[in-house]
Amino acid sequence: MTDRLSLHGVTKRYADVIANDAISLQVGAGEIVAVLGENGAGKSTLMKIVYGVVRPDEGRVFVDGREVVIGSPAKARALGISMVFQHFALFDSLTLAENVALALPPEPLKALTARMQQLAVRYDLEIDPSKRVHDLSVGERQRVEILRALMASPRILILDEPTSVLKPQAIEQLFKTLGQLAADGVSVLFISHKLDEILRLAHRCVVLRGGRVVATVDPRRESEASLARMMIGADPPAIAAHDSSPGEVALDVKRLDTTRAIERQHWLHGLDFSVRHGEIVGIAGVSGNGQAALMAVLAGERLDLDGTIRLFGDDITRLSTGGRRMLGLRYIPEERLGHAAVSAFPLVDNVVLTRDELRAGGLIRSGAARRLTSTLIEHFRVKARGPEATAGSLSGGSLQKFIVGREIDAQPKVLLVSQPTWGVDVGAAAAIRNELIALRRAGCAIVVVSEDLDELFELSDWLFVMSKGRLSPAVRPREIGVQEIGRWMSGLWPQSEAL
Amino acid sequence: MTLPLALVPRAVPARAMRWASPVLAIMLTLAAGGLILAFLGRDPVQGLKVFLWDPLSTQRGWAELGLKATPLILCAVGLVVCFRANVWNIGAEGQLIAGAIAGGGVALLASRDSTRAFVPAILVAAAMGGALWAALTAWLRDRFNANEILVSLMLVYVAQLLLAWLVQGVWKDPQGFGFPQSKLFEAAARMPILLTGTRLNVGFALALLAAVVVWLMLAKWSIGFQLRVVGEAPRAARYAGFSERRLLWFSLLLSGALAGVAGGVEAIGPIGQLTPTISPGYGFAAIIVAFVGRLHPFGAVLASCLMAQFYIGGELAQSRMGLPSALTGVYQGLLLFFLLACDTLITHRIVWRPTAKAA
Repeated sequence: MTDRLSLHGVTKRYADVIANDAISLQVGAGEIVAVLGENGAGKSTLMKIVYGVVRPDEGRVFVDGREVVIGSPAKARALGISMVFQHFALFDSLTLAENVALALPPEPLKALTARMQQLAVRYDLEIDPSKRVHDLSVGERQRVEILRALMASPRILILDEPTSVLKPQAIEQLFKTLGQLAADGVSVLFISHKLDEILRLAHRCVVLRGGRVVATVDPRRESEASLARMMIGADPPAIAAHDSSPGEVALDVKRLDTTRAIERQHWLHGLDFSVRHGEIVGIAGVSGNGQAALMAVLAGERLDLDGTIRLFGDDITRLSTGGRRMLGLRYIPEERLGHAAVSAFPLVDNVVLTRDELRAGGLIRSGAARRLTSTLIEHFRVKARGPEATAGSLSGGSLQKFIVGREIDAQPKVLLVSQPTWGVDVGAAAAIRNELIALRRAGCAIVVVSEDLDELFELSDWLFVMSKGRLSPAVRPREIGVQEIGRWMSGLWPQSEAL
Repeated sequence: MTLPLALVPRAVPARAMRWASPVLAIMLTLAAGGLILAFLGRDPVQGLKVFLWDPLSTQRGWAELGLKATPLILCAVGLVVCFRANVWNIGAEGQLIAGAIAGGGVALLASRDSTRAFVPAILVAAAMGGALWAALTAWLRDRFNANEILVSLMLVYVAQLLLAWLVQGVWKDPQGFGFPQSKLFEAAARMPILLTGTRLNVGFALALLAAVVVWLMLAKWSIGFQLRVVGEAPRAARYAGFSERRLLWFSLLLSGALAGVAGGVEAIGPIGQLTPTISPGYGFAAIIVAFVGRLHPFGAVLASCLMAQFYIGGELAQSRMGLPSALTGVYQGLLLFFLLACDTLITHRIVWRPTAKAA
């Protein structure tokens, strides 16, 4: 039997790196193949080659035994290949339905919307086809991407880290769907850094390191530890142990409400919570349920709210972002490019962005900025050519380490972090989590918003769940199970007022 | 049927080409300009010589170049600030005229016994006039979220009509034989000459100073850094706590003031009185200049000199070869066209796709 998809000696070189080095890979009909590797291992390049976004310099590609040249995504789709990107390829100003329509042969929008809604229900992907993309959170955007790929009834489906923003139940559902698709003969190429998912889902696992295939294994005969070793080439750094000794209340929020603000998706309904020094509070939930608004309000980017926010006992409800930073409250937003960093700016300018001391007195202190940037690059092991490398030229993981480093190095007293390890490889994720734990030990009050439940369970002293702009009661992570949290994510938490 | 051509983004746009692009565009403009001359039945070599070489063959020619470049530099440097901050002020022409009105109004107050101290007062008034005109745009955008492109453009026509009304009414020279123009300014209210024997005045030095200061501001000062951030990534600016409103006002007031100074310098410099047409479109040409100069103050200075040459060459071509003076506008348009084309082809490539149909 011929393979559905087969790559032979595929090589792709960029100016000074070989992204893919003679990669060979086969995917049979109805087979689920996982591609595992750290950021920069060449997974994304390989998938882009299969999807026709990038042309290989060498090597041959076969689909159903016939050699093909996949010159464009349109050609890939014509061959039955669909892809769910890690970085979204959606048009901000269009609605979801319009975005999906663009990727498909012409079809009346009404019929398409109906079909979308059917699929959405079937795969438990909560979406509203009439919403515009710029109103959506990262998680919602990813759901649209998945749906869009499924709409084309693909024969080969490529998913680039699709589960990181789904509820546990939805992951179950997605896996069931992928299993069904495989049973129907669809081939699935699945990129993930979550080792447990690969163990559960994949029929075969291809491990990439430094652009080469280092192993092709049967996941059923492997363990998480053995897979991690293959991927990193060494044992991953262990997460430092916790010890909890919270202090005074640092951040205190009372009856926080944004229902007077116009946009409905940013509604928060009377939130009450507080965070103590030396404590990590995790906020779980499917993104798009008000987390973005909560972080914007706490950081001071939005001031149109009711209620009060107190920092160390002082009312900061109307204080600007810069004013809060001066008091020691710092923020790491979920979107790196365009929010936490300016893509076209060199790293040194991106340090000046939030390190106010480098702009004191109206002049940029470029010498000090360069020194600090070099220190950050070195200390947080950022893979960058130097302080002059643009933020946009870094990989997602490297840039995240850099941004986290920039904020942590400023010794915040309160830190807000959104999706600290989104799209970051295992090694870097562990490093970032360790930094957060070290900061907590130093007495910092930390709020982490994440869709990665494993991460929240690992980090948090207290856990909240957010759903439709409301906050669940606080709970100790060890006193609640993943399935229970999943139910809370739908807003079904016990209504008792006891906190 | 569609053309079997497609524009595809290049993976790695060449960095060095960012600056090579304007040079390439200038050469293409010259080539196309030569072709146009050939079509008009003139010797292209002779025509380009008149257009490009003759203006620079004498000291007076260089002085004229500096004179024409002065308002272009002042306007373009201000526009660089606006465009970097993503504020699309295309009404520099109107701000220039408003500056000429304010500066000219003060200049009319000078008497035969006035001293040279009048000139700074005129320039300050001109700056304030231009800034006030830009402030209208800033206020409408800030308060009502009005589109600054449309508002600033429409205010150009308001300023033109205001000037026409003034020189045909209250400011009309009683001894002017009914011409719509003010009386000639007194000597004390005229720009001091920089180079004796020429018309080049101190305004040129002011323009160069403005370019240096704006460069310093964008490269080294916190306010310039904030302007660049808000232009590149507004959300990052909000994150860092930079006030978008404040930067909107700052960039518009600054560029308005600089354009206003340009208007004042023109009025009390080469023209010497207020007339209905104080500018042959310097404020609009400055938009092209800002982009040809890669939104860099020093680039804008070089591009201003080039554009000034087009103005002078156009006049010479008219007087010496009987060519239409509209040639200046044609060359300006060609330059912008070629620059945009070069920029596009640096980031994209044209691909021949005979049968791109998905099979």
